[in-house]
Amino acid sequence: MPSATASQTIGPFWHLIEHPEWADLTRFGAAGPQVTLTGSIIDGDGNPITDAAVELWQSDPPADDHFPGFGRSRTDEAGRFQFKTVKPGPVPGRGNAQQAPHFSLTILARGLLKGLTTRAYFAGEPLNETDPLLSSIEDPARRATLIAAATGIDSWHIAIRLQRGAKQETETVFLDL
Amino acid sequence: METVPFRPYAPGTQPPYDAPAYGSTHKRHPQEGLVRLPHTITEIAGPRFAAAQFPPMPDLSVVDGKAALGERIIVHGRITDEDGQPIPRTIVEIWQANASGRYQHPADQHDAPTDPNFRGEGRVYTDADGWYRFISIKPGAYPWRNHHNAWRPNHIHFSFFGSGFAQRLVTQMYFPGDPLLDLDPVFLAVPDEGARYRLVCKLDMSVTEPEWALGYRWDVALRGRESTPMEG
Repeated sequence: MPSATASQTIGPFWHLIEHPEWADLTRFGAAGPQVTLTGSIIDGDGNPITDAAVELWQSDPPADDHFPGFGRSRTDEAGRFQFKTVKPGPVPGRGNAQQAPHFSLTILARGLLKGLTTRAYFAGEPLNETDPLLSSIEDPARRATLIAAATGIDSWHIAIRLQRGAKQETETVFLDL
Repeated sequence: METVPFRPYAPGTQPPYDAPAYGSTHKRHPQEGLVRLPHTITEIAGPRFAAAQFPPMPDLSVVDGKAALGERIIVHGRITDEDGQPIPRTIVEIWQANASGRYQHPADQHDAPTDPNFRGEGRVYTDADGWYRFISIKPGAYPWRNHHNAWRPNHIHFSFFGSGFAQRLVTQMYFPGDPLLDLDPVFLAVPDEGARYRLVCKLDMSVTEPEWALGYRWDVALRGRESTPMEG
C-alpha cells in the first residue's frame, strides 16, 4: 500500500479558490453565541505574511447543515485575518482529560511546503489551567502564544510568529500532528 | 464518530519546513521544535462539505460556454487512505495556471496572456468508491524568480480534506516526462524519490476521449488510521 501522498506548498496564487464568505462560519444560520477571531502572522524578520490561507477548524459545536465547523481566511497586506464563528465549548481529551475550548488553526502559504497547525484558546477560561496541551508547554511565553486575548465583548485576537528569527523572539507553538 | 487516531507519516515522504533551495522557506520555517500532539477529537474529526452549500465545478475548460485556449485534458483518480480504503464523497479543490502559464490572479505579473475563457478554479467530490474526475486544460510552465532562470514545471494544485482534520493535504500534481521536475526545488523538497514521483500523474488511454481530450490518472493516498481506537 502506498504511504500518504507528499504535501506541496499552496503557493501565492491560492486565491483562485478563495471565497471570502468562508471566513464566516455562521452564514448558514448557526445557533449559539457568536465570536470574532482576528489574528496576525509575521515571519522571522517581523514582516507580515500577506499571502497566507488561514484555516480554522473546530470540533465543537459539531458540524451540521447550519454550521460547517471549517472556515478559511486570507491574510491581508498587514498580515491580518478574521473569522466569525460560534464559540466552542470544552471537548474530551485523551483518557479522562477535558480540553479547554479551542480552535485549530492551520497556516498554508508560499514558503510552507506543508501546513503549520497551531491552536487558539481563550484567555481567562478556567479549563486552560488543566488543558493537556497547554499544561505540557513549560515555557510560559511559548504557552501564551496559544491563547487569544479578549479585545472586546465576543472578540478575540491571536498574534502568530512563524519563526524566532535573529532577535530570538518567541515563536508560536506549532503542532506535530 | 470515528475515534481512531491517524498514523505518523512514513519517513522521507513529506517535505521539510526548512528547504534551503526554496527561498521563501528561509524566513517562514519554524526554528523551535514542533510540539507533538496525540490526536484528540479536534484532529480525528473533520469538516463535512455538502454539495448544496459548496457546489461542484467539474469543468475548468469552459467559461460561459466558451472554450479556454490550450490542450483539453481529463484528470481522474482514486483517493484512498494508506490502507487502500476509498475515501467517499470527499471534496477536492483544484486550481491552476492557464495554458500560457499565467494565473488569473492580480499578483501574477508573468508576461504571458490571460485567457477570458479560463478562470482556473475547480471543485469536485469523490464518488462512493473514492473516484474523482474533472476536465481542464494543460497548465503551462512559468518563471518564478526563486533563483536565476527558475521555472515551475507544469502542475495543478489540489486540496483534500479526507475524513479527519489531521488528513488535510494540499499538494500539486505534475505531468509525466517533464524535464523541469528534476530542476524544481518545490518538487525536490520531498526527500524520498518514490514519494516524489507519486506526485506525477500517468497518461491514461482508458479515459482519453478520442477526437476530444487526453486523459490522465492520479491516485492520492491520505493518512491511514491506527489499528486501535484512542483510549478513553
